[in-house]
Amino acid sequence: MTLNYINEFLFGYYPYICLSVFLIGSILRYDRDQYSWKADSSQLLRKKGMRLGNNLFHIGIILLFFGHLVGLLTPHEVYHHFMTAETKQLMAMVAGGVFGITCFLGMTILVIRRLFDDRIRATSKPSDILILLILYIQLILGLLTIPASAEHLDGSSMIALANWAQHIVTFRAGAAEFITHEALIFKLHLVLGCTIFLLFPFTRLVHIFSGISAPIKYLTRSGYQIVRKKG
Amino acid sequence: MKIRAQIGKVLDLDKCIGCHTCSVTCKNVWTSRQGVEYAWFNNVESKPGVGYPRNWEDQKVWNGGWKRHSNGKLTPKMGGKFRLLAKIFSNPDLPEIDDYYEPFTFEYERLQKAPVSKAMPTARAHSAITGKRIEKPVWGPNWEEILGGEFIERSEDYNFEGIQKEIYGEFENTFMMYLPRLCEHCLNPTCVAACPSGAIYKREDDGIVLIDQDKCRGWRMCVSGCPYKKIYFNWQSGKSEKCTFCYPRIEAGDPTVCSETCVGRIRYLGVVLYDADRIKEAASVPNEEDLYQAQLDIFLDPHDPLIIKQAKKDGVPDSWILAAQNSPVYKMAMDWKVAFPLHPEYRTLPMVWYIPPLSPIQNAAEKGQVEMQGVIPDVRKLRIPVKYLANLLTAGKEGPIVQALERMIAMREFKRGQNVDGVSDIDLLTQVDLDEATLNDMYRIMALASYEDRFVIPTNHREYAGETPFDNEIAFDVRSACGFSFGNGCSGGDSKPNLFGAKTHKNTMSGKIHQPGSKGA
Repeated sequence: MTLNYINEFLFGYYPYICLSVFLIGSILRYDRDQYSWKADSSQLLRKKGMRLGNNLFHIGIILLFFGHLVGLLTPHEVYHHFMTAETKQLMAMVAGGVFGITCFLGMTILVIRRLFDDRIRATSKPSDILILLILYIQLILGLLTIPASAEHLDGSSMIALANWAQHIVTFRAGAAEFITHEALIFKLHLVLGCTIFLLFPFTRLVHIFSGISAPIKYLTRSGYQIVRKKG
Repeated sequence: MKIRAQIGKVLDLDKCIGCHTCSVTCKNVWTSRQGVEYAWFNNVESKPGVGYPRNWEDQKVWNGGWKRHSNGKLTPKMGGKFRLLAKIFSNPDLPEIDDYYEPFTFEYERLQKAPVSKAMPTARAHSAITGKRIEKPVWGPNWEEILGGEFIERSEDYNFEGIQKEIYGEFENTFMMYLPRLCEHCLNPTCVAACPSGAIYKREDDGIVLIDQDKCRGWRMCVSGCPYKKIYFNWQSGKSEKCTFCYPRIEAGDPTVCSETCVGRIRYLGVVLYDADRIKEAASVPNEEDLYQAQLDIFLDPHDPLIIKQAKKDGVPDSWILAAQNSPVYKMAMDWKVAFPLHPEYRTLPMVWYIPPLSPIQNAAEKGQVEMQGVIPDVRKLRIPVKYLANLLTAGKEGPIVQALERMIAMREFKRGQNVDGVSDIDLLTQVDLDEATLNDMYRIMALASYEDRFVIPTNHREYAGETPFDNEIAFDVRSACGFSFGNGCSGGDSKPNLFGAKTHKNTMSGKIHQPGSKGA
């Protein structure tokens, strides 16, 4: 009974709490305190480890993000035209493994740098360390799901997880039921994933929005120069 | 033709005594905050030397400024838009703080609180970043003060390009000069071009280049883009900051703090009109040596009736046109040709210009006489090599530097003749192609340098300005409307549609009529 309730809360309601805070929090921060909205680079203070670490981390995590986005939210009817669920699961495992390890290598460098470099540690806000460690744990959990899903290659787990995600984003009831019988590692990965959305507006993660908008604005800007009129 | 006005600046290096008053007053006003302890919007370097940050002039290392491609197109040297964006995660062209210096303070408290001991208590240096003790500071904003350090290190100076520099390491041949530096407020700024967020902009009305602190996301591309390394990354706020040309003072008609406090009266501020449509053309002339002349070519004569007519049409206020006609900057750059841009080869069309310094005649001591070129001493025999000055100010072209130095010597000789010997040596003037009236004007502005002659700055009615990043602070809008307040104060937020209900009316106490449908600030 209690277990059922916790399951219902974590996978049925908690995602909505997280997404609401993510959305409203981000809008509020953008409007009320844009001066705090930044990538918060620490490269000036320590170059070492940035080139390898930060590139691997960002490339890895961006690909992982889009992998999850497409993988979880593409309706089954759409990809069935091209591949079976088994093929898709295998693809997800391989791609996730490759990008995950890329990201893991980069992130390990960054975690060491943040925790053990004098300058970086001294200029880290608690939220910087917290969010980095949460992302690191989430990445490790994600990598650990690969052996878990290798135990059943029929695609059933993947379909269950995708169903859950699709029910959540389309506001359909009963999303939590898809998760009930999944392995613990998946559950942990999901809860922590939702928590990242919850923490998003209060950390440096808000720069992700700018990381999407800035290149678009920059590439579509006519020429290079900007002149502002007085009036 | 599109005429724009800019407040330009000239620094007369011939008068700089290297006292650093400009740097210190600037620091006290603008960068005495956490995160920018290491930043000096204005600093003074002893040349020859590698400067601050270390070796900033060498764009083979830092990739600042612009690159001209064989098809005539310009892109930032660090790369076009795609290449630049590819550097966003890790920017290989970004200096590390040690290239400037690790900011430090001293443990002053110990001097008073140390217990009684045989030895005097000392105040050791501590890092402003980590708080840990720094055993030995190894670099700073003024590490080479008055040729401090070894010649072998200072001779890495980029301006020795094409010079047999070894002899200048010898005691008898050594030379030095001061170079005060600040943001150049360029006509073709690479910092603006490199900013993916579009947070940096040039103001149309006075040419000042600013960073919108709300829009800056700290991608740090501007730091690399600027070849003068005059954009500093605030490691505490995570945003870039730069010299603001003291815009609140300029708007009120006051000189910048560095200019106001300059002990040697070396700084001049004045309006220059230029043709904004020809910026690209001027910045992309093929030969680097022609960049100085190309920039002069887009400056416009404020006395020409056609120019005045067009300037009015383009919205330049009358007071600005009048100021342009009396501008010391225009006179020095255009009429007398004694001021030059700093490193025009970066192709940014800088607007802070420099008058090269005179120096003692090299061979005078050993020969017991001075070599003359007509009635003027040969400026090529000056202690500071002309080529060095040319590398600094004209991308290596020596002719204009020689002419400027000759004119400055002629000015001294002529006035000395008049005041000491009571003779006006017109030959001197003919040789440097000046007439007596012009020379007297030069003398008044360059040598006497009264406050009113140095700073000809028209006011700028910002209080009427509309949508700017500082909307909330626009004087007339908040006048009598925002006083004692808490929390977010009078700020209605940063985005246009206000989340919690914007005002429906602007403050009409400025005399502006309420336009139905126009939103409050």
